[in-house]
Amino acid sequence: MTIDHILAGLYVFSLAAFLGYQIISKVPQLLHTPLMAFTNAISGISLVASLLIAGRESKSLLIPVLGAIAVASATINVVGGFVITDRMLKMFKKKGAAK
Amino acid sequence: MIALLASLLEQGDGGSTDARVVVYRVSLFIASMLFLVGLRMLTNPETARRGMQLAVVGMVLGVLGTLVHREIVNYWWIIGGLVVGTVIGVPMGLLIPMTKMPERIALSHAGGGLAVALVGVAEYIGGHVHGRFAMGAISFEVLMGAITFTGSLMAFGKLAEILPGKPMTFGGQNALNFILLGGAVVAMIAMVLSPQLSWLFYVLVGISLLLGILLVLPIGGADMPVVICLLNSYAGLAASASGLALDNNVLIICGALDGGSGLILALIMAKAMNRSFTNVLFGAFGSDATAAAGGAGKGGNVREGTVEDAAELLKIAQNVIIVPGYGMAVAQAQHATRDLANAMSANSTNVKYAIHPVAGRMPGHMNVLLAEANVPYDQLYELDAINDEFQRTDVAIVVGANDVVNPAAKTSPGSPIFGMPILNVDQAKAVIVLKRSMKPGFAGIENELFVLPQTMMVFGDAKSTLGKISSAMKGGGH
Repeated sequence: MTIDHILAGLYVFSLAAFLGYQIISKVPQLLHTPLMAFTNAISGISLVASLLIAGRESKSLLIPVLGAIAVASATINVVGGFVITDRMLKMFKKKGAAK
Repeated sequence: MIALLASLLEQGDGGSTDARVVVYRVSLFIASMLFLVGLRMLTNPETARRGMQLAVVGMVLGVLGTLVHREIVNYWWIIGGLVVGTVIGVPMGLLIPMTKMPERIALSHAGGGLAVALVGVAEYIGGHVHGRFAMGAISFEVLMGAITFTGSLMAFGKLAEILPGKPMTFGGQNALNFILLGGAVVAMIAMVLSPQLSWLFYVLVGISLLLGILLVLPIGGADMPVVICLLNSYAGLAASASGLALDNNVLIICGALDGGSGLILALIMAKAMNRSFTNVLFGAFGSDATAAAGGAGKGGNVREGTVEDAAELLKIAQNVIIVPGYGMAVAQAQHATRDLANAMSANSTNVKYAIHPVAGRMPGHMNVLLAEANVPYDQLYELDAINDEFQRTDVAIVVGANDVVNPAAKTSPGSPIFGMPILNVDQAKAVIVLKRSMKPGFAGIENELFVLPQTMMVFGDAKSTLGKISSAMKGGGH
């Protein structure tokens, strides 16, 4: 890993953290629980790393097994997180809005 | 998108660019952008659902893009993991009741932490960690991931009341935690210096798992909102570290968003309790600073009322503010609360809800429960927006809230909750408190509100009490 790679990664992290801070500060208290469920679902993107581990060629069986467990845990978060966020967001209605 | 891909392919010099690498990289890039836009749309209840749908598209793109990756040769383990995850995740998402949301969030943090920690372990065992920086990042990832895993399981156990909700403390607890944390840091540094020391790596994993348990052990039920948010933040930081080690930007970005949101929510919660992080994390040590429920303590003059008394009071009220707390969630009384509000509205009473930031066991807990009961969200007011209105309010109804309405936070410097911003329920002309009994809770903080002359206590299960008040109001005519 070269210094360029490392710095590029740190750039991305810093900018994303700054942007995330700006955006998330604007989320009203009303939506804080859906926000947690949502960020939980998208952090399930660690799935992409788990997929590589589970599917990569490997001499030992341990690695794909660890990968498969990671895939399953991340999938529970992604799928469950999105389903539950949607269920919650569907419930938030303004006065007079149809049931 | 296809045109974009084609143009990118043409720029590949000398045919060294593999089409599949382009698909992989571009799909992860688009996924990252969709996540950011989706999160931005989550700042408004009108657009929130569409924002979430964008994120779903991003996730599907990211997964499909990864599946074409050249390194993937065996799909069986992947399919197995995806199927198991979906079979567990979908019913969990669909069936879990809204009152159990804090437990479900804690459990999902555990899953997220486990996934990230396993990625780190597998990358290390598989020999895919190259260089000191990557080794440091992987160590950090495993540390944070493992702490999140066991810590969230502990939080889940406490919330689900499998474990006692009381702070569990023992002599030398903080000292032990600091020693373990120090040990973990030393192990991380040693791993960076000599990455081949695999035994040390497993020691690090073990310490991290233990730390997760020990750090949450002394934290009481009422402090869970802060802990859940912090664990959320740790899970995010672990994912970012994993992205740095694997040179994967989408992981870095999502981890930063997750870590940032957890940290912001934890700060909001801690501020709403007038506590510092250190106080929340280590304050339970030998003290009673954590209070889920209190009692009136020395038994001042409590005025007990019947449901009929409460109904009479509400019939003549013009302005009413309802203050829900954790007790409403425990009694599952959100629908009964809404029914009473409807009965009052039918009587042309103006009804609002005042939501304290730490009411309940997680950020936004009350809002979700009331939304489930079809309460329009424009009737829900945050602390600052409604606090000046209590003095013009005829009746404030407290449904299972305690600390967040305790005037001791303003008046008695000796109280553990002194300085915490509270809802000014004591300024209302009349107060109705719905509570199971006068028995002091385990923390036993006195609540002067219960002995004020304008306060009427109505004892019993909040759900059935609310139902009886509603029918008494309807039955009595106008």
